[in-house]
Amino acid sequence: MTILASTNEPKAANDYVGSDSTPLLSVRDLKVHFPLKRGFIVQREVARVRAVDGISFDIRPGETLGLVGESGSGKTTAAKAVIQLNKPGSGSVKFEGQELVGLSTAAMRPIRRKMGMVFQDPYGSLNPRLRAGDIVGEPLKVHGLAGSRDDYRRQVASLLSTVGLSPAMSERYPNEFSGGQRQRLGVARAIAAKPSLLILDEAVSALDVSIQAQILNLLQDLQEQYNLAYLFIAHDLSVVRHISHRVAVMYLGRIVETADSKDLYEQPIHPYTQALLSAVPTPNPIHERSRERIILRGDLPSPLAPPAGCGFSTRCPIATTACSATDPDLRTLAPNKQAACLLADGYGSA
Amino acid sequence: MVRHEYASYMTADSTINSPPLLQVRDLRTSFNTAEGKITAVGGVSFDVRHGETLGLVGESGCGKSVSALSIMRLVPNPPRIIESGEILFEGIDLLKISDSEMQSIRGAGIGMIFQEPMSSLNPVLTIGRQITEPLGVHLGLTGAAAENRAAELLEMVGIADSRRRLSDYPHQMSGGQRQRVMIAIALSCEPKLLIADEATTALDVTIQAQILELMKNLTTQFGTALMIITHNLGIIARYADRLNVMYAGKIRESGTAEQVYLNPGHPYTVGLLNSVPRLDRPASDRLDPIEGEIPDPANLPTGCAFRPRCRWATPGCEESEPALEQLGGRQMVACFESASVSDSVEIAHQ
Repeated sequence: MTILASTNEPKAANDYVGSDSTPLLSVRDLKVHFPLKRGFIVQREVARVRAVDGISFDIRPGETLGLVGESGSGKTTAAKAVIQLNKPGSGSVKFEGQELVGLSTAAMRPIRRKMGMVFQDPYGSLNPRLRAGDIVGEPLKVHGLAGSRDDYRRQVASLLSTVGLSPAMSERYPNEFSGGQRQRLGVARAIAAKPSLLILDEAVSALDVSIQAQILNLLQDLQEQYNLAYLFIAHDLSVVRHISHRVAVMYLGRIVETADSKDLYEQPIHPYTQALLSAVPTPNPIHERSRERIILRGDLPSPLAPPAGCGFSTRCPIATTACSATDPDLRTLAPNKQAACLLADGYGSA
Repeated sequence: MVRHEYASYMTADSTINSPPLLQVRDLRTSFNTAEGKITAVGGVSFDVRHGETLGLVGESGCGKSVSALSIMRLVPNPPRIIESGEILFEGIDLLKISDSEMQSIRGAGIGMIFQEPMSSLNPVLTIGRQITEPLGVHLGLTGAAAENRAAELLEMVGIADSRRRLSDYPHQMSGGQRQRVMIAIALSCEPKLLIADEATTALDVTIQAQILELMKNLTTQFGTALMIITHNLGIIARYADRLNVMYAGKIRESGTAEQVYLNPGHPYTVGLLNSVPRLDRPASDRLDPIEGEIPDPANLPTGCAFRPRCRWATPGCEESEPALEQLGGRQMVACFESASVSDSVEIAHQ
């Protein structure tokens, strides 16, 4: 423990994965805490939910960062804090070099143009009273991007065909579309204002596998065509591996491991990443029946009362007494590879 | 044609001599809706043998849940109409017996676990009350004897401090624990068949792995047959001995997991397997999805229902619907082109 403490110095700001080229989005030590209040007239804070508890990552132009973790790990809260829908408690979010934390709503508006968002529920995220064309065209109106009515119609038609829908469908209402088509509408709306970053929050999770594959291909095409960067949030590890260049694994509001996609899936370092990967069943009966699975004990601890020391220590198959005493920070263990585990090879000397 | 369909099915099963536990024969379930009669299950025949695990796999709307609910006679009537078919459970036709006779089979003969662990438990009754209820109804256990058995059952599904937890309400438990309670209730009267309808879909992957291992271990221990209904091809690959692939209300392919996954003969099965990103294979650049969307059940295509999305479709597929037939001494496939589908997939493997 003393050895660890001596190496536990604050890191230089550029000591993060992916810092070798100018990042489009740069998040540093982001914290979002929600106070839990009691009392009727005089409210006092009785506890604090540490939904996101100090995360850092970069996304470069045209790159996909996959953010994985189980429900309650803070993925969605982190994404909302990036686009300033949640006000972060502390930390820094820099987009194209500009600091977003502390900006007013009015100052945020032109920046939101460059950040699109696609949500999970293709049924709840589209206004049922607007026609498809108006849903897709709304960002054009809000940001004043259409010169004339004709220009507006032309842009809407071209957006619809970009996502694989017929421009003739612009007169229809959302209830006339299938789940997959609605998600295409959601993507068309998100790219309408020509953003450079898309935040995709479980955007393919609710879709059937055949439709999911169509949307994943569409997202890859759009990325190539427009050099879009993606923050891709999902709990399905096989989908994340397919679409991501780099992956960050979250547990209890922290990033516990981040690496290039290939490295993370081939040589996971953190025991939580290992357990997550081993829990995913693959459609191959021979492979499935021959491999051992790591079955974690218990549930995710409450973020209201996280365990002492390492947050994963209560469920970790290899935890030692040191793990419940020391809370490990994320350290660079190899080029482009970081993990927060006391027992990882080379962690103490990193 | 129907006779032929299951006559050939029986030949495929002729290696097993003991009569199957459950025999479903040409089950057809339809609903009366505003748009007219919709056929959810359009003539399905399959067996579940003693102690085996059968998978029922398909995308939303394929009829897999309605098949299970029809077996349990839990589809509300009206609007349901079971038009024809036989559901023989230990030789008794479940469609011909009275409601009270059916009541004694539910729970004692066939147990069922549903998707939502939140809504399938009664929120205003204690866990203990909900486990002891079937014990009283089916086994005549009451008072202290029932309570002891309930505590044993909770212990068996891995809930610590089981006697004290009997007085807890469902909201005091996590999603995974609630699903454990559901398993305890479903197995409390030692049924011969357990139907798990998307039982782990709403859970996180690490919890999903816990619950599936538990379900598999307990059913093996009790010699209970298990019917797993899911859209997740990986779960079936790991746990099922045999599987039925459903599309648009019918079984399109059926066989052992090895046969169907390693050498699929139906274009839909091939499409499903190609649509999912796979952790057991090197990362691919692009997925190969099934084009188009599932057909409207009120307006199914003529001939083979998969035809509009099928790469192998010929004009003959429009004229008549293929029956399930044995493919080269292996699994059953309902496709006119199954031989060439199977051959081309073999080439792709090499």
